[in-house]
Amino acid sequence: MNYLAAIKPLIRKSRDNKTIVVCSSILLLIAAVALIGPLLSPHHYASTDFENPLMLPSASGWHLFGTDDLGRDLFVRTLLGVKITLFVAIIASCVSLGIGVAYGAIAGYVGGTVDAVMMRAVDALYAMPFIFFVILLMVVFERNFLLIFVAIGAINWLDMARIVRGQTLSLKQREFVDAARLIGVSTPGIILRHITPNLLGVVVVYMTLTIPQAILVESFLSFLGLGVQEPQTSLGALVNGGVSNMEGAPWLLLIPSIVLAVILLCFNFLGDGLRDVTDPKKKT
Amino acid sequence: MSLLEVKDLSIRYADSAKPVVQNLSFSIEAGQSLGMVGESGAGKTQTAMAVMGLLPANAITSGSIRFDGQEFLGAAPDVLNRYRACRIAMVFQDPLTALNPYVRIGDQLRRILLEHKICKPPEARERTLVMLQRVGLPDAERQYGVFPHELSGGMRQRAMIGAALLGEPDLLVADEPTTALDVTVQAQILGLLRELRSQSNSALFLITHDLGVVAGNCDRILMMDNGRLLEEGPAKEIFAAPSNERTAKLIAAARRIDMPTKTSPLPDGEAPIVEVDNLSVSFRERYGSGKRQLHAVWPLSFKVAPRETLAIVGESGSGKTSLVKAILGLIPMRSGTVSYAGKKLPGLVQSRPNNIRRQLQMVFQDPVASLNPAMRVADIVAEPIIIHEPKKKKAEREQDVSKMLRHVGLGMELRERFPHELSGGQAQRVAIARALVIRPKVLICDEAVAALDGTIQGDILQLLQAEQADSGLSLIFITHDLSVVRQISHRVLVLYMGRVCEIATNEQIFKRPLHPYTKALIQSVPVPDPNAKPDDVPLAGEVSSILNPPAGCPFHPRCEYAVARCSEQVPALQSVVGGSVACHRANELDLSY
Amino acid sequence: MLRYALLRIFGAIPTLLLVIALAFLMVHAAPGGPFDAERVLPPEIEENIARAYHLDESLPQQFIRYLGGLVRGDFGPSYRYRDYSVSELIGNALPVSMQLGVLAMLLAIVAGVAAGLTAALSKNSFIDRLVTGIAMTGISVPVFVVAPVMVLVFAVYLQWLPASWTGGTSISRLILPVVALALPQIAYIARLTRASMIGVLSSDYVRTARSQGLRTISIIRYHALKPAMLPLLSYMGPAIAGILTGSVVVEEIFGIPGIGQFFIRGALNRDYTLVLGIVIFYATLLILLNLVVDLLYGILDPRIRGR
Ligand SMILES: Nc1ncnc2c1ncn2[C@@H]1O[C@H](COP(=O)(O)OP(=O)(O)OP(=O)(O)O)[C@@H](O)[C@H]1O
Ligand code: SF4
Ligand SMILES: [Mg+2]
Repeated sequence: MNYLAAIKPLIRKSRDNKTIVVCSSILLLIAAVALIGPLLSPHHYASTDFENPLMLPSASGWHLFGTDDLGRDLFVRTLLGVKITLFVAIIASCVSLGIGVAYGAIAGYVGGTVDAVMMRAVDALYAMPFIFFVILLMVVFERNFLLIFVAIGAINWLDMARIVRGQTLSLKQREFVDAARLIGVSTPGIILRHITPNLLGVVVVYMTLTIPQAILVESFLSFLGLGVQEPQTSLGALVNGGVSNMEGAPWLLLIPSIVLAVILLCFNFLGDGLRDVTDPKKKT
Repeated sequence: MSLLEVKDLSIRYADSAKPVVQNLSFSIEAGQSLGMVGESGAGKTQTAMAVMGLLPANAITSGSIRFDGQEFLGAAPDVLNRYRACRIAMVFQDPLTALNPYVRIGDQLRRILLEHKICKPPEARERTLVMLQRVGLPDAERQYGVFPHELSGGMRQRAMIGAALLGEPDLLVADEPTTALDVTVQAQILGLLRELRSQSNSALFLITHDLGVVAGNCDRILMMDNGRLLEEGPAKEIFAAPSNERTAKLIAAARRIDMPTKTSPLPDGEAPIVEVDNLSVSFRERYGSGKRQLHAVWPLSFKVAPRETLAIVGESGSGKTSLVKAILGLIPMRSGTVSYAGKKLPGLVQSRPNNIRRQLQMVFQDPVASLNPAMRVADIVAEPIIIHEPKKKKAEREQDVSKMLRHVGLGMELRERFPHELSGGQAQRVAIARALVIRPKVLICDEAVAALDGTIQGDILQLLQAEQADSGLSLIFITHDLSVVRQISHRVLVLYMGRVCEIATNEQIFKRPLHPYTKALIQSVPVPDPNAKPDDVPLAGEVSSILNPPAGCPFHPRCEYAVARCSEQVPALQSVVGGSVACHRANELDLSY
Repeated sequence: MLRYALLRIFGAIPTLLLVIALAFLMVHAAPGGPFDAERVLPPEIEENIARAYHLDESLPQQFIRYLGGLVRGDFGPSYRYRDYSVSELIGNALPVSMQLGVLAMLLAIVAGVAAGLTAALSKNSFIDRLVTGIAMTGISVPVFVVAPVMVLVFAVYLQWLPASWTGGTSISRLILPVVALALPQIAYIARLTRASMIGVLSSDYVRTARSQGLRTISIIRYHALKPAMLPLLSYMGPAIAGILTGSVVVEEIFGIPGIGQFFIRGALNRDYTLVLGIVIFYATLLILLNLVVDLLYGILDPRIRGR
């Protein structure tokens, strides 16, 4: 009940914000097409057609985005890429959300030395080239899906932890928490009823900003050939495939690139918009 | 021709229909002082910004503002810049944010001289140093090179005034220049302004919510409300016979420290409900390169009787909040005990039994911050019932909530609102309802009315007093506002740097103070009466660093009666008729007036 | 201040050790040995190799040996490039990567600050919208998309610039990679500069300066520039990390023989020691640069300096 109440104003204000409405519509549309599109297309993402490699996009034969060097349909493969990219990114963001919120909330609520030590650790981790560790991880262990989630989630939780901690710290010092203690609310009650509902806003905002980060990392790894493996694909892997054929068949590079860029742009604009809406310094 | 002539000024913002200032006309003659008074939302700061040409770009204005014949409204920035600093200058409310934290004080001042080519660089430094000295930064050479955060609030405001006066302006605009400061420092700053004006004969446009501040400092006053001019005229006439009904109300709402108290007398000899024994509070703070104990409250004891209102007063940082938070168990105490109805209580609130916890409740300073932004009014008031009377049926609980809301003067239409949809006064009523709904025996109010407008303050105080008369509540009332203390308290406890200076009855504190600090504090309060001209600054200097307190009596560096012994030995609290006092010379001094 | 500096410097050492230990452990936790992928070798040869690489020692012993090497700047031998040590490989590739990274960083700061300031000073104008729009695109479009598209346009279609390292003069071959590497950082820096400048310009102390009749140019120079640039300084750490990451892609796409390319080759060939060496090298570099940034911040911000 508190939780719903806490995000209601956010939803209301979001509905009035053009950027938020447009970007979330585009993203929903892309997601819907990625889910439904492959069912409607006659082609399978893995079926090769060596007769028709590097075909230009055309409506005949339903190769809407053309074919790649193995004659596979780029439309279906792009949609698969979108699906996998989004899937990995969302799961990874949830991982980072979980770690970040728990870590940040504990540091912020417990405070004192515990907080100081935990945040020094985060500072130290900030200085680490995480992405290289992920690559190292990918090299050492077999490349598997799970590892990608964990790895990406492990990179992105730092920001979330910092933000949640800051927010918790300031909430904890707000007088309504003292008031709750005085009327007899227990510590779990304070955390559940008084603190977390007020964290929801920032968490939603930073979640939207974490997703594009995760997409970037996933596609970066896939581009380098360290992420999703054939015949599965992701947008990063498709861009990589496009690079090798770019002189003869530029659409293989351009189409996945544009799709990737649009998704990232929408998420970033959405996050920015949500941040504006929740910013207490801006007028409602 | 008037120095400043404002005609038919209206200010509006594109995104709201209601103008913030409407058809305002007034003028200021050379050398004159005009005070603009009004509650929040009256449009005072907007008017000041318009006069300085500092309104934001999305403000829509009409009318005219003429300074020495030059139209300011809509004038180009370089036209305005010719007037700013040299002809018209401004002092802002909060000197901490109004000074650049990244630039040394001296450089911020010197820049003004250089920008307006008032003098050459080496001379600019000289003149800046002279100005710093004039505004009361005696160690000017050193203070030239410090950053704003290294100065106290009072010192910062002095620097700010120095910056405004560097160009020797004909008109000084001061927007709530002392609101962020303690009373004794406020008296110093107002005294400084009077002194500087008597030397330079510049005009003053003083904006404040405090009728006391204008009364002693302005020839004419201008009453504002809701963007409109209520009344304008010579200060004496308006105070004596306001012609506008609303003005009369505002003047009536200004509590006067020289008026008698309105409390009902206490029955004698009842056992105390709260007993504080030897309580002290300390924090560990960074000091220089190490850590040090910061003694926010030194061991002190006092009692509160049933139905009594005990006021705790003291300047910012004197330990008022720390003291009551420790009593309530919100922060740990370093030593001592708190007893309720004769029983010793565990230190922290979590370990106190629920049936005692409910007896001690608190109302906070910032009404909005003390309500959970994610909860509705009805849920906020219902929560204590759910905890303390879990067996109560939902319908019954709802009824209790409604009754309580009515009791504190809130309409049923507010039940479903969120805190940010309430005005400050309404939010404070909700906070009071939450505290009272479990019928506590003791209510602690930490600056509970400080954030509210004068008229609303009066309403809230009345509500609390009525509650006390009804249910026999004891109140511990923290405030820095002595006129509130005068009005509502039975006894007063004066704190200075975490030590008790004096505990005495209301009558005695205000008529025959025994401690020099108490007297200075009372004399610093500006009286809303233009005939009571403020005399000299009652208390010079500032509170010493609490991390490095002076030896002996903590007040001795500022005390005009200090003797050698004062800097060697901490005065003990000694009982006298009607109270106790901690001053070596309490028996020999006569401070009554 | 000295205390602050010492605290930071001593704070960096455990971080560094942790990084090294983590990377080292990761590699040694690899399933199977580093030579798995190769043909089955006779046992005695395998033993020799193991001894040569000290694989027969216990893990702590190996770690101490490795640490000892690091102190002397020795990252051990490469598993794949048999004739080279990792230090030699890094040493050979470093100048190229440095050239690229430093140029990209400079470009990013200059262009980003210029764009951000322009936007902030003309807030809500057409130029401001243009800059914010482009910056958002710059943040959203990854390097590995920008770089190939730039090659396609400027090298393949327009043929103004070489598509790869080997194809151009020492200057022309730098242009595309440096720009590709700098673009996202330009975008970040422009956004950051704009936001912080707007924040500073709407602050109370700038209002005070305006009330004192200071011209806009003086306000910026004497009041706004420093506080507006401080957040930029704290962004330098992430910016450097971004450039390092980006260089891996850019070097791969343009065929530049830098550290990044060795890193990817090493990763794809499972050249453990090389990858380990480069990760540690990068981490050290980043931690040290962050330390420098921190100390600079401490010097420039009077509120920290006072401590
Ligand atoms: N949590 C804390 N940690 C460290 N020092 C603190 C803490 N809380 C208060 N202090 C310090 O203790 C001293 C007393 O503070 P306190 O808030 O009790 O004063 P106050 O009289 O309530 O002041 P004000 O009128 O400004 O509310 C101050 O010097 C303050 O800085
Ligand atoms: S003890 Fe001395 S210094 Fe302190 S108040 Fe009394 S006279 Fe003044
Ligand atoms: Mg307080």
